[in-house]
Amino acid sequence: MQTPILQATDVWRSYQRGSETIHALAGMSLTVQAGEMLGIVGRSGSGKTTFLNQAGCLDTPTKGNINICGTEVTGMPEKELVAFRRDHIGFIFQLFYLIPTLTAVENVELPMIFARESRRRERALEALERVGLREVNALPHQLNGGDMQRVAIARALVRKPQLLLADEPTGRLEHQSRTAIMDIFRGLQAEGLGIVIVTHDPTLADETDRIIELRDGRISSPGRDSAMESSLKSED
Amino acid sequence: MTKTTVTQQSQTIQGRVATAAGLGKVYRRGPEEIHALRDIDLSFETGGFYCVLGPSGAGKTTLLNLLGVMDVPTSGSLTVAGQIVADGEKVRLAEGKRDRLRLENIGFIFIEFFLIPTLTAVENVQMPLLWAGKEDRAYAVELLERVGLGHRLTHRPAEMSGGEMQRVAIARALINRPKLLLADEPTGNVDTRTRDSIFELFRELNDDGLVIVLATHDQELAGRIDRVTHLRDGRLAKGKE
Ligand SMILES: Nc1ncnc2c1ncn2[C@@H]1O[C@H](COP(=O)(O)OP(=O)(O)OP(=O)(O)O)[C@@H](O)[C@H]1O
Ligand SMILES: Nc1ncnc2c1ncn2[C@@H]1O[C@H](COP(=O)(O)OP(=O)(O)OP(=O)(O)O)[C@@H](O)[C@H]1O
Ligand SMILES: [Mg+2]
Ligand SMILES: [Mg+2]
Repeated sequence: MQTPILQATDVWRSYQRGSETIHALAGMSLTVQAGEMLGIVGRSGSGKTTFLNQAGCLDTPTKGNINICGTEVTGMPEKELVAFRRDHIGFIFQLFYLIPTLTAVENVELPMIFARESRRRERALEALERVGLREVNALPHQLNGGDMQRVAIARALVRKPQLLLADEPTGRLEHQSRTAIMDIFRGLQAEGLGIVIVTHDPTLADETDRIIELRDGRISSPGRDSAMESSLKSED
Repeated sequence: MTKTTVTQQSQTIQGRVATAAGLGKVYRRGPEEIHALRDIDLSFETGGFYCVLGPSGAGKTTLLNLLGVMDVPTSGSLTVAGQIVADGEKVRLAEGKRDRLRLENIGFIFIEFFLIPTLTAVENVQMPLLWAGKEDRAYAVELLERVGLGHRLTHRPAEMSGGEMQRVAIARALINRPKLLLADEPTGNVDTRTRDSIFELFRELNDDGLVIVLATHDQELAGRIDRVTHLRDGRLAKGKE
């Protein structure tokens, strides 16, 4: 069998709030294969972002294991972890986090600067072409939301990650831009990336290969199931 | 707290960091024209602390974008850091030169912090310089100490409060040793106590010689700043100079 892009095994993340312990994640296990797009849905506070933070090595589970592309990242020293994350994982957020004083192409160059890589401009332009942005010299405030998100996706892709983690990537976009962003994701999937999308948007979730629903830090319904989907929609 | 001088290059010709004369900005959206600024005469002098006060839609962000050469005027003259951006007839500074002017002279702070979530505080602060091919981690650390975050150097934004994130953003705005700090509603996203402490930090930076232009619709905040320019519907209203 092929090595999964992401394998989470019995992941817990607990926070102490005064005398109370909050289990933001309470035993999450899941696998994402190359070329697979997984949707994660669930109410606010159910642990979606917390899970992405564990999968993306931005945080360390209280208990459990995260394996990315065959490498056990749990317990990896911080320095190594940072380098591993930069080489394997791309992040996309609801707020695009572009640097307002830098142009689109400069924003895309940023991750390569930290990795001290060459041919930055050329590769940034390639990534922007891939997401279909033409105004490469525009400042973020001159772009609409959909185009800002394209820049953010190009930035996430420019170092060719194998795992793409997106937290509400279309949360701030209108319908047309959502469709365009989803098309980009599908193209990336076809190229073999593993993609995890957290979303409140049922149409976006519908486009994924598989949906899981989180409830209180656990998977409450795994796999695609149309009854579940319609119940999700009616909850919204 | 260590005192870092943030304005090694704050001297510019005639003691002015920026001058606008008859400045105007029209946005065009298809056939529609929006006059965001009309006939603005303003000058910002070395050492000054200025407030641009006005309601939503008054043109505050538009003005700051012009002063920071994030955008160019459609009429009037503008000089920033001794360079003529526009001279009444046309824009004189090409795009690449504007990027450079901005990089070398201007610090920006916005209502949203725009910190990169995957980077630590120190990395976020270093970023504008790294982009320019320079690396000055020591200065980034010094600035974080200056804004009171010496103990948060390797924390990521998600591990910080709103006030702390805004301080990181302030340190980042200072990394290029700017002459002019433009702050667009910088305390709009934090509680009043945090607002006060961030304002105190601005005061200290200004005491060190940094020119600050702060845009806000917060009258109370404006009341603490000596030179207030009132904007309404894109025009200057009578101020209390
Ligand atoms: N740093 C933290 N300290 C304490 N509790 C936290 C922390 N981060 C998250 N939590 C708690 O963990 C739980 C899960 O939060 P999480 O942000 O993962 O939810 P979410 O599903 O992403 O919600 P939303 O849809 O609102 O983004 C919540 O109860 C939250 O309050
Ligand atoms: N890129 C743009 N295209 C078209 N119109 C714009 C653009 N940016 C601003 N405007 C318009 O110009 C006017 C001034 O806007 P500006 O953002 O400068 O106001 P502001 O004083 O900063 O308001 P706020 O307090 O809400 O931030 C408004 O009518 C606004 O709708
Ligand atoms: Mg979340
Ligand atoms: Mg504004």
